[in-house]
Amino acid sequence: MSQSLRAFRKLAWVEMKLYLRESIATFFTLGFPMMLLLMFGSIYGNKPTPIFGGYGTVDVSVPSYATMIIGTTGLMSLVPTIASYRERGILRRFSTTPIGPMVFLAAEVSVLFVMTVAGMALLVATAKVVYGLRFMGNVLSVGAAFVLTCLSFYSLGFLMSALLPTYRTASTVTMVVFYPMLFMSGAGIPRELLPAWMRKAAEIFPMTHAVTLLKGLWFGEPWSKFGREVAMLTAVLVVGTVASSRLFRWD
Amino acid sequence: MAVDDVSLQVRVGEIFTLVGPNGAGKTTTIECMEGLRTPDSGSIRVLGLDPRKDKRQVRSRVGMQLQESALQPHMKVWEACDLFSSFYPRPVDWQALLDRLGLSEKRDTVFAKLSGGQKQRLYVALALVNDPEVVFLDELTTGLDPQARHAIWDLVLEIKKRGKTVLLTTHYMEEAARLSDRVAILDAGKIVALDSPDNLVKDLTAEERMTFAAVSSLEPFQPALVRSVPGVTRVEADGDKVAVYGTGESLVAGVVGALSSAGVKFTDLRSERPSLEDVFLARTGKRIRREEGGR
Repeated sequence: MSQSLRAFRKLAWVEMKLYLRESIATFFTLGFPMMLLLMFGSIYGNKPTPIFGGYGTVDVSVPSYATMIIGTTGLMSLVPTIASYRERGILRRFSTTPIGPMVFLAAEVSVLFVMTVAGMALLVATAKVVYGLRFMGNVLSVGAAFVLTCLSFYSLGFLMSALLPTYRTASTVTMVVFYPMLFMSGAGIPRELLPAWMRKAAEIFPMTHAVTLLKGLWFGEPWSKFGREVAMLTAVLVVGTVASSRLFRWD
Repeated sequence: MAVDDVSLQVRVGEIFTLVGPNGAGKTTTIECMEGLRTPDSGSIRVLGLDPRKDKRQVRSRVGMQLQESALQPHMKVWEACDLFSSFYPRPVDWQALLDRLGLSEKRDTVFAKLSGGQKQRLYVALALVNDPEVVFLDELTTGLDPQARHAIWDLVLEIKKRGKTVLLTTHYMEEAARLSDRVAILDAGKIVALDSPDNLVKDLTAEERMTFAAVSSLEPFQPALVRSVPGVTRVEADGDKVAVYGTGESLVAGVVGALSSAGVKFTDLRSERPSLEDVFLARTGKRIRREEGGR
């Protein structure tokens, strides 16, 4: 086994444990989406309704909440964590060792991805068992869109963490970006309930396109309808990856 | 400019110390050697390699303790050792390392719960985990209480005993004198003196100062009693408190002899040899700030 691979596995394992020890991060990734689902589920149930195109509240919520989980791990958790690692000199300490930035970034991405998938799995399982969740799409298609959205958000998160120097600024800016995006994009509240102008304004957020894509594929619509969404998310991924790898600093 | 025209060579197996007041350029110098910082000009070789260009190779063969750094607050001591071991091809047994550093009982403690001294010892453990040939220790004992500082000193001497080359920075002159084979005194980015601590002090023409309290008699102390002792340059008497200044190896013996043959009893005899502090004073005309380091 090569040295980098060994370092990567060990680092990912330790970082995973550290993620789980941060009870707030764990709650917002695993517990909170499930809690929202049970709350709105118990109010509205999952009866098909015309505003949701013949699907129930839970049915439309699950792909939306999936996007919320991705935003939680990729932005809310990643950005302040990396900023504080840099501010405290934790990254500096890694920089004294022979491991390169790629090993570090790969380990971080893996941990976030595993946590995102775990949050998603809990959500889907709860929705299925409690409300008989409906799924009309193709698992592979939805999986591919899920991975694209994850990577796109992580790269945006790494870019933000490269630009924001301290934990304080990082967590403030992330909240300012995250919450309007969460409520206007349709990730937190069904978009159908929002006024038209707000839906229009929300188009600037990558999260809006992620919700459109995931929800569409979830209910079996074809990829061809979502060229714009895929292009937007891919653009964020490319720009985020290129810029954050250029801007990455250990200290 | 933080550092200007610093040129030095560290020998294999020695403890070499960069000492000087805060802001003298010690950390800048050591960071250039570590490859964490790029000098504007000049050349640096560590183990015959360029610390910037041959980064990976250098980093697997040296160990570094940084002045400002931390670990993840929730990471346990053993996890840190285990993790850092995985970065190197031939790590040492970190359990034994923790034993030697007195950290075995803290294996399961998270970083945030460690005391300052324990954190420093953990940093030393991480700097040694790859069995390095050269160890860089930057301000290792700053902010530690005297007891923890002495424990760390023993540790540094032990690292040397195991055949490692140690490069140390400190603003404590006493620490430099205690540990180093050779010392470079830095001030305002320049080396003002470089030699073994003994040689630096020997070169100094500073006087030794000895003090005592004359217990005798009714009459005041007669400075003339000791003024003629070889090496004595000056005597100050204030009531029964006497200070004698002079040079030479036999100063104290001479003065004590003169006192006993004159039948003068005395207590509280002290002698202060010149220290690196005096070397610094002599070379720069400034006093190093003592409130932090001196005791």
